[in-house]
Amino acid sequence: MAANDYNSVMDRKNEIMKKAVGIDYERFATGDVGFDYERMMSEVGYKLEEIIKIQKETAVGQTPFIELKNITKLARKLAPAGKGARIFLKDEAANPSGSYKARRASISVYHAEKEGYPGVVAATSGNYGAAVASQAVMRNLESIIVQEVFDSRGVGQPEILEKGRKCEAYGSEVLQLSVGPELFYTFLRVLEDTGYFNASLYTPFGIAGVEPLGYEIVQELQEREGKNPDAVIITHAGGGNLTGTSRGLIKAGADDTKIVAASVDLSGLHMASDHDFNRKSFTTGHTGFGVPFATWPDRADVPRNAARALRYMDEYVTVKQGEVFYITEALAQIEGMERGPAGNTSLAAAFDLAQKMDEDQIIVVQETEYTGAGKHPMAQLNFAKENGIDVRNGDPDQEEAGKSVIIPEHPSQIKARDVDLEKLKRSYLRKVIEETKVKEVKEIDLEFLADEINKSKAETKDILEKEFDLTVLGG
Amino acid sequence: MGEVIKAGSWVQIYQVVLPAGERAPQVPEDTKKVPLELKVKGFLQEEAELGDEVEVKTVIGRTHKGELIEVNPPYEHQFGKMIPELLQVGPQIREILREEEV
Repeated sequence: MAANDYNSVMDRKNEIMKKAVGIDYERFATGDVGFDYERMMSEVGYKLEEIIKIQKETAVGQTPFIELKNITKLARKLAPAGKGARIFLKDEAANPSGSYKARRASISVYHAEKEGYPGVVAATSGNYGAAVASQAVMRNLESIIVQEVFDSRGVGQPEILEKGRKCEAYGSEVLQLSVGPELFYTFLRVLEDTGYFNASLYTPFGIAGVEPLGYEIVQELQEREGKNPDAVIITHAGGGNLTGTSRGLIKAGADDTKIVAASVDLSGLHMASDHDFNRKSFTTGHTGFGVPFATWPDRADVPRNAARALRYMDEYVTVKQGEVFYITEALAQIEGMERGPAGNTSLAAAFDLAQKMDEDQIIVVQETEYTGAGKHPMAQLNFAKENGIDVRNGDPDQEEAGKSVIIPEHPSQIKARDVDLEKLKRSYLRKVIEETKVKEVKEIDLEFLADEINKSKAETKDILEKEFDLTVLGG
Repeated sequence: MGEVIKAGSWVQIYQVVLPAGERAPQVPEDTKKVPLELKVKGFLQEEAELGDEVEVKTVIGRTHKGELIEVNPPYEHQFGKMIPELLQVGPQIREILREEEV
């Protein structure tokens, strides 16, 4: 029998993964640093038309597309004359499990069924668990969800407790773990024990499943307004939502739509810290995932992450926790829609960005999620107070993650703060160089790196030579 | 003597997955000092008392062993008390929307 200590299991990682996702990632390798991303997406995944058909079988997608007229009006009251873009919202909470994650789970679960796996496993503390569980029910497969839930005091984050409840409501076995990245170790052991399919968030299935979301937005807007969105804003954590949606927008012909990523600013909190774990009011859609996953996507639970956000991101902004709570309340109070934190992170940012855009422009917030006990601002703010966080009204610029949550005194205080994308692109390159120890960059590697950071080959070559002292062959 | 919990009861068990000394090398210091713990729910296989080492069968039929910690484990997350810091939002933005155009 194989040893089950931490190091022994981690050493078997690649072999376990290969069996559990059925993808030989090595065959997409190119050059010394890269791989053929598009070939992986087209050979492993499914075509857009097939995906739409598969998703229809389990009631995924085709969610309502809503113009937020009162929020737009409010933004215009605060904006200079002529400014204040129209804000639209894709109501992804209408998916079967209450979030866009149903799209992401649908193709994995379909594939698992087709390939004869008896069940599916996902490592997630988010909506993805419920999505996998719900899709598995519809396809008569078993599901196991591995969550990071509680700290060493045994105190669970309310939002994650709710997500665990929802998985159990769909008949999942839920493994609730304390804080730590060794969740991945438990996950590997479950895969090995069960022979179930790894419904990873980061396979080509998971990403391609989101493409119809971008596609639907363009179709709906073309039908109603005869134009493409000027900007689409996407809450960013692991990068899958942004990657899938952007690919769908491009497939629908919206090449010049600006892609904006938005995360909650949790800078200063360590994501693997037992102490910090319950001092945040947001469990996803925050910089603690958004920044590391953008700058090193292959940290995921598969060897080559199909979610590669830097390829598509035109702008990256952050908002404060208190601002998201404010806009969540506003969405309920003046639009009559009570929704969860994920999409509202983007909505808070869109509210400010719209004020800088022209009146005849359109910005689309591309998701909502369900809300309820645990996910609601009341639950989160009560929890924050119990954990010693200073919750008050004031200037959100003063908010310090882990110490305070500051609810704006006025909607004009809601701000989308720019993240320096150029810096993130350079962190990505630094990480690639560190991981691969590359000294000379071949033509094919240069092409890969240029795609990865969404720059021309000439610009990429320049950065690699001047800032990283590398020899670039070709370009 | 504690209360005897019947076989077949819906319970929650607890186990240490990795003791404090065996955590992954990359975890921060505070996390290194505590074990990686697991809780899972299932049907109790043989009658037992709280604190006993037991075996459970989950809803999908897998078995797990661990310390019996709860019977009919509750969901205790809730909305809780009203948050006064949010009460001003609705009236304030409705007031702004009602303001006359200049």
